[in-house]
Amino acid sequence: MSFSKFVFETHHSGRLTVQPRMGLSSVDEMRQGLLAVRDNALASIGTVTLDSYTRVGDHETARAALQLGSPLNGFPLVAHGADVARSMLDGVQVQHFPVQVRHGSALPQDIFATLIAAGFDATEGGPVSYCLPYGRVPLDRSITAWRECCQMLAEHEAKTGKAIHLESFGGCMLGQLCPPSLLIAISILEGLFFMHHGVRDLSLSYAQQVSFRQDLAAIKVLRGLAERFLHGSRSHVVLYTYMGVFPRTVGGASDLLAQSARLAAASGAMRLIVKTPAEAHRIPTVQENIASLEHASEIYETSPRDLAVDQALVDEIGEEALSLIEAVLNLDADLDKAIAKAFASGLLDVPYCLHDDNANASRAFIDQRGLLRWQSPGRMPIRIGKRQEEQMIDMVDPFAFLGMLKSIERRYDAPYLAAPNPIFVTARAEA
Amino acid sequence: MLNLIEKEEIKLQEYNKKQKKVVLSSISSDSHTWNLIFMQLYLEKLGCEVINLGACCEDERVMAAIHHHEPDFVVISSVNGHAHIDGARLIQKIRTDEMLKDIPVIIGGKLGVSGKNNKQYVNYLADAGFDAVFDDSGDILSFENYIKNLIPYSSHSDLN
Repeated sequence: MSFSKFVFETHHSGRLTVQPRMGLSSVDEMRQGLLAVRDNALASIGTVTLDSYTRVGDHETARAALQLGSPLNGFPLVAHGADVARSMLDGVQVQHFPVQVRHGSALPQDIFATLIAAGFDATEGGPVSYCLPYGRVPLDRSITAWRECCQMLAEHEAKTGKAIHLESFGGCMLGQLCPPSLLIAISILEGLFFMHHGVRDLSLSYAQQVSFRQDLAAIKVLRGLAERFLHGSRSHVVLYTYMGVFPRTVGGASDLLAQSARLAAASGAMRLIVKTPAEAHRIPTVQENIASLEHASEIYETSPRDLAVDQALVDEIGEEALSLIEAVLNLDADLDKAIAKAFASGLLDVPYCLHDDNANASRAFIDQRGLLRWQSPGRMPIRIGKRQEEQMIDMVDPFAFLGMLKSIERRYDAPYLAAPNPIFVTARAEA
Repeated sequence: MLNLIEKEEIKLQEYNKKQKKVVLSSISSDSHTWNLIFMQLYLEKLGCEVINLGACCEDERVMAAIHHHEPDFVVISSVNGHAHIDGARLIQKIRTDEMLKDIPVIIGGKLGVSGKNNKQYVNYLADAGFDAVFDDSGDILSFENYIKNLIPYSSHSDLN
């Protein structure tokens, strides 16, 4: 069964497709991890997360680490090679268990060639979302690389009739402190990019941010804009459990995961990529991942579906996202060029992103109502209300900034801590 | 006439008045940047001028930046668990460069992928050539105290 078909069928049967992030260096351990994700009663999809060396194309160092037995932070797909990966999947990847490669690379041609040859069902990323936040590859090189990769998927589909699913990572720019309208605009633009280069089996992501109400409105906007801009594709929304600084207590982490499962239920997101209580401390074990998949599935089953949304927030986010998308599309008839020009001119500008091709003139903050807002949109076509201007915080104070970065950790850990952690006290005193 | 100790003290006071220049960087395989953004604000608050090299900075780029900017010290911040590999390699390159062998270089963050056992890498990285190593279980004040007490390092300093 194809990746998409699995997700849609699961959704129509009233369940949530759940997926871990999981990458182990050795073939045996990776295989055991996948089997553990497969062999339970959940609607789970397998993940092979690649290591940082493979992500930056340094396959030599990955090979050397394999030989020395140094532990890597993921599965070195290219260093192992397609044959080894294919034999690892043999007997693991069955009808009801699609497997996705997650990698984080701006120049992923080697990774795509290997994952296609090895027979994986899906992968993810995008020319913007895997370039700007994660390295120093110039954006135009990433766009060219991703165009080639999309074409590889399209050729594979034309040859074999089998579509490999592609998920945009655009809903997670830097994981936190990027307001929803920009996440949505980048997801939609990457979806359009995939379609322009022959990929029609796709998904759009959205990472849980700081407000349930705002996230719910955002996913409604994302789904609406996907219908409007991506017709002719088969797409669903995948939600990521919070990608920013994570609660350190088991209770806090577990509550945050549960909230993301509720958000999936309320918003109609069909797939959830989970986090574990180990997130703040280290890479999770396979068992911790399974426990999170179980917990998220359980919460989803008992959560209300299609909750009413805050229409004022839908209007605000929708207007901003549409304005961004249209501004980009008007820059050039060639979408690849339009995206590059948009960043060069600051019409798209990811807050706090240090990449040389990002203007880094925009700033975001969390307002007194707990919503993620623009403090400054830089040169993006976004208007800022007066009410927002009154709520600005001191952005150059490191502890005020840290307080914002850690607001979710703080909120979710608070009920489980005897005393507030010291950073919290400092942040409050200085804010 | 001032004795030697007094001279040294005046030198130190002068040095402490001067704005310190810092090169701040990740390691070559680390894509995280929130740590770098916080660290930049933090060092600026301490009065430093910060050159932030950003994510996935190759060893050669770090070295070139140190040569070019001639900072008072270098801070390497990493959270992807590969510091024990990439950090060790980077500092060996820095220490074998005749011009850079004495510059204070500090590393901190999540040093390995073993959680609490990452402490094993503190001594390992210090032995590899870092002047100070801060495991993420520590307190930021110990880092701040270390920075505040850094003494002028180079014999070619303009204070001589």
